[in-house]
Amino acid sequence: MVPLSYYLILSAILFGLGVAGFLFKRNIITMFMSVELMLNAVNLTFVAFSYHLRQLDGQIFVFFVMVIAAAEAAVGLAIIIAVFRNRESLNADRMDLMKL
Amino acid sequence: MEPNLQLWLIPLLPLAGAAWNGIWGKRRSERAVAAVAVGVVALSFLWSVRAFFALSEAPHVETYSHWISAASFQVPFSFYLDPLSAVMALIVTGVGLLIHIYAAGYMQTEGGYYRFFCYMNLFLFFMLTLVLAGNYLLLFVGWEGVGLCSYLLIGFYFRRDDAADAGKKAFIVTRLGDLGFLIGLLLLYWTFHSLDFGRVMSAAAEFPVESESFGPLTIICLLLLVGAAGKSAQVPLYVWLPDAMLGPTPVSALIHAATMVTAGVYIIARSAPLYVHAPDAMLAVAVVGGVTAFYAATIGLAQNDIKRVLAYSTISQIGYMVMACGVAAFSAAVFHLMTHAFFKALLFLGAGSVMHALGGELDIRKMGGLRRYVPRTYWTFLIACLAIAALPPFSGFFSKDQILWQAYSSPFGGFAFWLVGVVTAGLTSFYMFRLLFLTFHGKPRWETGSPNTQHVAEHGHAGPVPHESPPLMTWPLIVLAILSLVGGWVALPFLWGGKDWSQFLEPAFRLAALPGEAAAHHEASTELVLMAISLLVSVTGIVLAYLFYLRRPEWAASASMRLRLLHTLLVNKYYVDEIYRALIVRPLVVGSSEFLWKGVDMFAIDGAVHQAARKTRGFGNTLRKMQSGNIRSYAAWVVLGAILLIGFLVVA
Repeated sequence: MVPLSYYLILSAILFGLGVAGFLFKRNIITMFMSVELMLNAVNLTFVAFSYHLRQLDGQIFVFFVMVIAAAEAAVGLAIIIAVFRNRESLNADRMDLMKL
Repeated sequence: MEPNLQLWLIPLLPLAGAAWNGIWGKRRSERAVAAVAVGVVALSFLWSVRAFFALSEAPHVETYSHWISAASFQVPFSFYLDPLSAVMALIVTGVGLLIHIYAAGYMQTEGGYYRFFCYMNLFLFFMLTLVLAGNYLLLFVGWEGVGLCSYLLIGFYFRRDDAADAGKKAFIVTRLGDLGFLIGLLLLYWTFHSLDFGRVMSAAAEFPVESESFGPLTIICLLLLVGAAGKSAQVPLYVWLPDAMLGPTPVSALIHAATMVTAGVYIIARSAPLYVHAPDAMLAVAVVGGVTAFYAATIGLAQNDIKRVLAYSTISQIGYMVMACGVAAFSAAVFHLMTHAFFKALLFLGAGSVMHALGGELDIRKMGGLRRYVPRTYWTFLIACLAIAALPPFSGFFSKDQILWQAYSSPFGGFAFWLVGVVTAGLTSFYMFRLLFLTFHGKPRWETGSPNTQHVAEHGHAGPVPHESPPLMTWPLIVLAILSLVGGWVALPFLWGGKDWSQFLEPAFRLAALPGEAAAHHEASTELVLMAISLLVSVTGIVLAYLFYLRRPEWAASASMRLRLLHTLLVNKYYVDEIYRALIVRPLVVGSSEFLWKGVDMFAIDGAVHQAARKTRGFGNTLRKMQSGNIRSYAAWVVLGAILLIGFLVVA
């Protein structure tokens, strides 16, 4: 049996990678994928705890997260396409109209 | 059941006149304005006469309604009529009536006619409230009100800076005294649990005489004295009165000679039962009065402005009255107050008539020889001078003689007070006759030039020579001259069926009589000798004035050369204004501007506000750098925040 800590460590690494990717990548699609990575790192934690604690709550939460993530992916990709059509670019740093 | 005298009519009639003239006077003709103003004062005077004759033995109190009613603190609107307030009301309305009539003529070319009469009537309202009030608080209302009217009327020519400044000076200096007065009232209530005259006086009469240290009565009396010194222009708060002469002359006559400035004497006389139980305060009153009388008389010797001489003379004469109060000669003080109101009002109105004749000239060095041009003014002025110089049978003789005799014989008095009184009397007759001789006798020193041509243009009547004033102005002079002559005869018992002045006023001062005090034993021979001495001194003053200013003018010049130091000191009024400026005004101005304004207000208060704003803006400037518009930096902030939060949770 794999101990709980292994799952948690893996989840933390995945989450950290997601954060790093979001912060350091400029491409919006990459940043978007980093967000998905973070969501799934959390999902992994939920599942691990659910299994460990013998409770189903965590599993249910995972479904919620996946539904939200799917919706987000649909809306997010639509926004990205709209942005690309306007800007001819996917560089997040150039989307700074709200800058002072 | 006493008859209801409707005393409220006496002060409220002038108030109605003031309201009428203040609201509608601007569109009415001068004749209508003067008719209303003089009319209400005349009615008020008639009503005072009626009240005077209806006077009975006991004080007549009329209460109209509650004013302040808070638990045990009860102050009603009540009027109090006893011989003292009846005499005061008669003086105020009588002299006020004559001065109003005079002013109707005098003010014709001055502008602001309706405003002037509105203020004058308002003044009479407050003055009558002051003298008729039945308790100290209502008296204080009148007391402050006359101060307000005095301010308004001194600054009547408000386009002149010096007049406006003089008004402010009068207001502020008297306010110092009023502060003392108000604290005195609070202590009075604290001690007697009432401000009602009747109750306070009868309670005070029960008090033991405070012989040593500062008892409550002594402190109250001293505080009331401070108030009286402010209002009645006594040392050291007298400095406003000479400057107050910048107001119109009828104002000087009414407010700054006959009525308002005697309010201090009135309040001391009214509080007589308090004072006689506080011998220390009595001594203070007598000393303040004596010092003022002598001191102001010396300044009067060297002034060249006709109204300023009269102003210092007023200060000196009120000093006389205050000194009389201080030696427990209350009825003599009120007697002198009355005669002084007659002759000093006459002097001021005469001075106004002279100014009228010379087109506003005030400097007596530029007068002279006016006797032939303004005969009525001259004769009435002469009578007033004789009265103030205390020559028999003029009124001043009787009142001054009573004061001097009581200063000598009263248990509160002494030889020193008598001496001060006599010396002052000599000085008084000297400077008054100096004024008379320089103004009306000798060679004309006025020029038929500039001031008169302007005057002719204003008046529309011809003649560069000085001319007598219109009858509207001379008749009040004549009436006042008659009063100055006969006013003193009320002290002659055989004319009035054996009841002389002090017996008449006795009910007002009955409670002031100390138990066990023997009636002042009259030594007729001593009194005659003292009377002869004071008479001699007065005549000497007149003769000296005659020699110095008429017969041998070079003597005056050489005397002022020989006593140059003294002369300079007197001409400059002992530099008191300069000393006050250096010691009080200047430090106050410097302290206010350097410390309070620049230090506290500009640096501390404004600085705190400005710095708070500046720091907030600086903080915001730093914070707004976070709002870069760069999405990834926002994310970094979120991460940073999350890390900090988690770190905090872990550590805690």
